[in-house]
Amino acid sequence: MDKSLERFYNGVFKENPTFVLMLGMCPTLAVTTSVVNAIGMGLSTTAVLMFSNLIISAMRNIIPDRVRIPAFIVIVASLVTVVQLLMQGYTSELYKSLGIYIPLIVVNCIILGRAESYASKNPAIPSFFDGLGMGFGFTISLSCIGFVRELIGGGTFLKGILPAADFPNGIVIIPDGYRISIFVLAPGAFFVLALLSALQNHFKAPSATNTGNTSEMACGGNCAACFGETKLENHITIDKDIEKKELEAKKKKEEALAKAKAAKENANAGEGK
Amino acid sequence: MMAGKFNVSSSPHVRDNSSTAVIMKDVCIAMIPTLAFGCFQFGISALIVVICTVLACVLSEYLYEKLMNKPITIGDFSAVVTGLILALNMPPQIPVWMPVLGGIFAIIVVKQLYGGLGQNFMNPALAARCFLLISFAGAMTNFSSAALKFDSTSTPTPLGFLRANGIKIALDQYNLLNIFLGRIPGTIGEVSTVALLIGALYLVVRKVISLRIPLIYIATVAVFVFIFGDHNSTTVLYHVLSGGLIFGAFFMATDYVSTPVTKTGQVYFAVFIGILTGLFRLFGGNAEGVSYAIIIGNIVAPLLEKATLPKAFGREAKKA
Repeated sequence: MDKSLERFYNGVFKENPTFVLMLGMCPTLAVTTSVVNAIGMGLSTTAVLMFSNLIISAMRNIIPDRVRIPAFIVIVASLVTVVQLLMQGYTSELYKSLGIYIPLIVVNCIILGRAESYASKNPAIPSFFDGLGMGFGFTISLSCIGFVRELIGGGTFLKGILPAADFPNGIVIIPDGYRISIFVLAPGAFFVLALLSALQNHFKAPSATNTGNTSEMACGGNCAACFGETKLENHITIDKDIEKKELEAKKKKEEALAKAKAAKENANAGEGK
Repeated sequence: MMAGKFNVSSSPHVRDNSSTAVIMKDVCIAMIPTLAFGCFQFGISALIVVICTVLACVLSEYLYEKLMNKPITIGDFSAVVTGLILALNMPPQIPVWMPVLGGIFAIIVVKQLYGGLGQNFMNPALAARCFLLISFAGAMTNFSSAALKFDSTSTPTPLGFLRANGIKIALDQYNLLNIFLGRIPGTIGEVSTVALLIGALYLVVRKVISLRIPLIYIATVAVFVFIFGDHNSTTVLYHVLSGGLIFGAFFMATDYVSTPVTKTGQVYFAVFIGILTGLFRLFGGNAEGVSYAIIIGNIVAPLLEKATLPKAFGREAKKA
């Protein structure tokens, strides 16, 4: 049970597929125009991921190594077809708004990646939970992006999730005319993803662009990505340092002079005697 | 304090008074006639838009650099120029918060996040204009003539009129003299060709810009419109004088940072954006296409530079 929990935690936080592994960017950028789309996409991917991991892991000893990729694809494609038909039947609205991206789950690199790197080498139960964790991580990330894009671009909050009878447009937060509609278009997806990744880097969370610093230097030791030269306070520090050294040198010189003088006077006094 | 006194740098050691601030101030001065005409024509609302946009740009640059512990560079006037160009690209009746948002976007996202002046890969003002155009299509293309002093019936710009009704009716509505003088609806800065040309002349005399990009750009658009339009020289003149072509050619396509530095690169750049502008104007979804053409050109500029890198002296190919 511990192992399963560990896999779940790993998928949601440590190896979050969107923000840490940077996998599955195509659906991430394309369908996150609203929270409901993001959750729909995330949950359908989760369903496929759990069962594809389970089946692939159970069959890992009978699939010949040479044809493993086609075999994985067949399994994933069958599961995606099941999910697609179920969605078409029960959540017709969502099915329409996600469109081509549901069949495209087949080629989602998270699913193939997990099958290849985890499920094909590990027992069935941990693989199942690995899929669950990865799927949840994916869903949460997509929902974060979808939340920001829906809020700024569409001005609404949780449209399509809250009961339609009471809230036909969700909770309207930004009135019409003040919405920055570029955020529900393709450029907005990049803006929001970049912004959230930057925040993640700022708080030193694990991510693809924030690799662990192994250096023991205070600055991190990553000279290639260093902006130190452009920072004003670094120049001030260097200048202060130089000034301090100059002052010290001056002081030493003066002391030496004074000593020499004193020695001379002593000598003079000696001669005088 | 030694670091401040000795400037250790590699050659060339140019001794000249020109600096970023001097050049940017010249660009500001060159935009004064256009600005004055815009304020005269569209009234106080245009002036408010301009002031607020410039303030937004300068303030966001200051605050960003302050928060990031970087040297404060608002003294080089580049943020003022960005604000001015952005404001002059706005319709006069736009709600003021939109250009302010655009100014913040231009400075923070397009300029500072890429490393400040000299590092931005496209013209910040134009990127912000496109940002606003995509986000607020209605407000950005509403050239309501309520504030115009001479005409209160029509709303589309001359280019929109030309596109919808053909050259004959368009000429009845706005004749070429009115277009040249600027007695037409449009954004604050693009309307008066004569005011823009005065500013451009000043820039050329001060050697801030060369005529290479603007002239080739305008000529390419003219040839394109002549060939693929209705083969009518009046239409060509109409296309050249109206819309943002003159403003874009002299003030935006000559941006030092986002255009090629090599001479042949500049020629290719000008031809490229000329063809794009013609394509967008004649076959695109909008009547105007200058800003999109220039920012696409900005993106291609590094490739053009790479392709047209001149041979070093002594390394030229030997003649067989």
